[in-house]
Amino acid sequence: MKDLFWLIPFPSAASALVLILFGRLLSRKWVTIQACGTVFVSFLLGLFSFAGLLGASAEPLPWVKVLFPWIRAGAFGADFGFQFDPLSAVMVLVVTGVGFLIHVYSAGYMAHDRSYTRYFSHLNLFMAAMLILVLASNMVLMFVGWEGVGLCSYLLIGFWFEKKSASDAGKKAFIVNRIGDAGFLLGLLFLLTVVGSSDFTAINGAVRGGTIGGGLATLIALLLFVGATGKSAQIPLYIWLPDAMEGPTPVSALIHAATMVTAGVYMVARLNVLFSASSAASDVVGIIGAATAVFAATMALTQNDIKRVLAYSTISQLGYMFLGCGVGAYAAGVFHLVTHAFFKSLLFLSAGSVIHALSGEQDMRKMGGLRKYLPRTYPPFLVGAIAISGVPFLSGFFSKDAILTSAFAQGKTTLWALGLAGAIMTAFYMFRLIFMTFHGPERISEEAKAHLHESPKVMTVPLAILAVFSILAGYVGLPAILGEKADLFRRFLAPVIVPAAETRPLSAGAEWILILASVAAAFAGILIAYVFYVRSPRLPQALAERLPFVYKLLYNKYYIDEAVGAVVIRPLVRGSELVYSGFDLKVVDGALNGSAAAAGFFGKVLSLFQTGFVKDYAFAFLLGVALILGALLF
Amino acid sequence: MTVPTGYFFVLSLILFVLGIVAFFVKRDLISQFMAIEVMLNSANLAFLALARESHFADAQAVVFFVITVAAAEAAIGLAIVLVIFRRRKSIRTADLSSLKG
Repeated sequence: MKDLFWLIPFPSAASALVLILFGRLLSRKWVTIQACGTVFVSFLLGLFSFAGLLGASAEPLPWVKVLFPWIRAGAFGADFGFQFDPLSAVMVLVVTGVGFLIHVYSAGYMAHDRSYTRYFSHLNLFMAAMLILVLASNMVLMFVGWEGVGLCSYLLIGFWFEKKSASDAGKKAFIVNRIGDAGFLLGLLFLLTVVGSSDFTAINGAVRGGTIGGGLATLIALLLFVGATGKSAQIPLYIWLPDAMEGPTPVSALIHAATMVTAGVYMVARLNVLFSASSAASDVVGIIGAATAVFAATMALTQNDIKRVLAYSTISQLGYMFLGCGVGAYAAGVFHLVTHAFFKSLLFLSAGSVIHALSGEQDMRKMGGLRKYLPRTYPPFLVGAIAISGVPFLSGFFSKDAILTSAFAQGKTTLWALGLAGAIMTAFYMFRLIFMTFHGPERISEEAKAHLHESPKVMTVPLAILAVFSILAGYVGLPAILGEKADLFRRFLAPVIVPAAETRPLSAGAEWILILASVAAAFAGILIAYVFYVRSPRLPQALAERLPFVYKLLYNKYYIDEAVGAVVIRPLVRGSELVYSGFDLKVVDGALNGSAAAAGFFGKVLSLFQTGFVKDYAFAFLLGVALILGALLF
Repeated sequence: MTVPTGYFFVLSLILFVLGIVAFFVKRDLISQFMAIEVMLNSANLAFLALARESHFADAQAVVFFVITVAAAEAAIGLAIVLVIFRRRKSIRTADLSSLKG
């Protein structure tokens, strides 16, 4: 089993290659089987490797397999190598497991699309890049995967590129991520300079050995974290994720909810030794995470587009993961990553099923009362909403509570309070979505209603499976209060995660109170949503009219996009135009055209000498001979 | 009694200048062509006079080359003149300026 893990990315990569090169020759049925089948093979390989990891506890971690030496340039070198340890195992299982279900779902969702093969080739390529990202044994190869998933994200957001908004959204995602990646690259270069190698084992060794420490550790960690804010949509680089909803819904589920956007969290957890060596960097991670969690949640409160609510929700939940990492609870952060992957992809896919049923309608104001039309979509959607809201006994409750408890135990009471406020809002906007979509009066347009239909089995079965996991995934990480051995997840990750230092031990009572606070937050949010959108549906409007300023601010997402446009983009465009008209047109083009005109002028003058008469030439000869003779003689 | 070499040079110079003058004075290609032949042969004469003076065979070899070149020139040049005359019904150089820049 041990020798198989490095094969995991290859089935998807091979499938992507075949689809890109020969996709035109293949039938839709074959494309579906190949695309889904190869991901399933990866999933099986992941399971085998995972089983091997559980069985062989004595072997040194991580398992490393160097396929070939990749770059050798002086002192710098990088191998094309993979490593496998509990953290990689978790990520591989999530990526291939959820990825497989989403591939199957896509076969139904995209069934009527013209570019069916192109879609699956990109999706397979994404899987390959993501698996390289999580399996890479060094930062350089990880960066390849990091950029690969960014490319696929760009391609799939702009999948319907005939639509201007879609291609714009793709570009926005790509450009914003470039800013983050510049930070990532700088951090990587610092690491290479200081450590001389980008292998994770070497980096951890350098931190433990004291080569990296103090200010240097903070600098490198923060630069890498800039990359994470880009990829994982945190303040200030979150602005691309809501627009990324222009892509097909399964893409939103796979890339912009379950896997790619968690790459930043994975990277921070992978480098937890480095991050925990710098308390300043960890504080920044925690504060950014908590701030994003609350900030994005407030924006989700007033959105009317069903996918945008989920997009802001994703940003908010990613904030929780970083909050966990920032307070040293890396295991809790990764745990939330896993549970979030299940319930958020479930929510996106259910939303996709709703959109599919309504022939592309995404505005929740034109939904309502769908419960009885979509009997196989509603229950999984509800499960997902309950799970993300943090209602006890579902997965989201355990993971969110683990993060909040850790924050409190670390003495970061402010971050804990922010997280709790975010939890109330999470429950509120989620149930607002449920009530507006599935309950209340029908506001469906006539034409949408004419085609209203429940989705085919190929879409609803993955929903059911994800719903089961959204419920059960939490039970691998029960709160520590239920016994030392309850938190299987933390114990599984323990070999690769440094335990949080100076934990303020909580008494059992305090821990119960924290759990009760989380539960209360969840139910408070749901209750408010119930009052607002079921009991007295006029209330939201009344409130919006009472607080027009707050409402408009939230509805327009704090005018952040407008502010970025005014402060960053417009000056850039203006400056570019100035340089274009002032320098490019006048100086560069002027020099070019001027030299051409000068050559033309001299050519004109010289051509006067070419009369075409033989005698003139002979006379010139004679003159020349006379001149040479004269020069020689005198 | 031998003729002094200087006489040959003078004759060669006279022939050469005659050739130049004829080239510029004459208006048809054939005459100009003949003028060129005169110039070439004046040069040959100078070479041969030098060869006789210095008993130096290289100069005589050069003369053979010049005669060969002149023959080739005559062959090609006359052919060109013929073709031009057929197409244009004229070999006056004043009429031939289509290569004007």
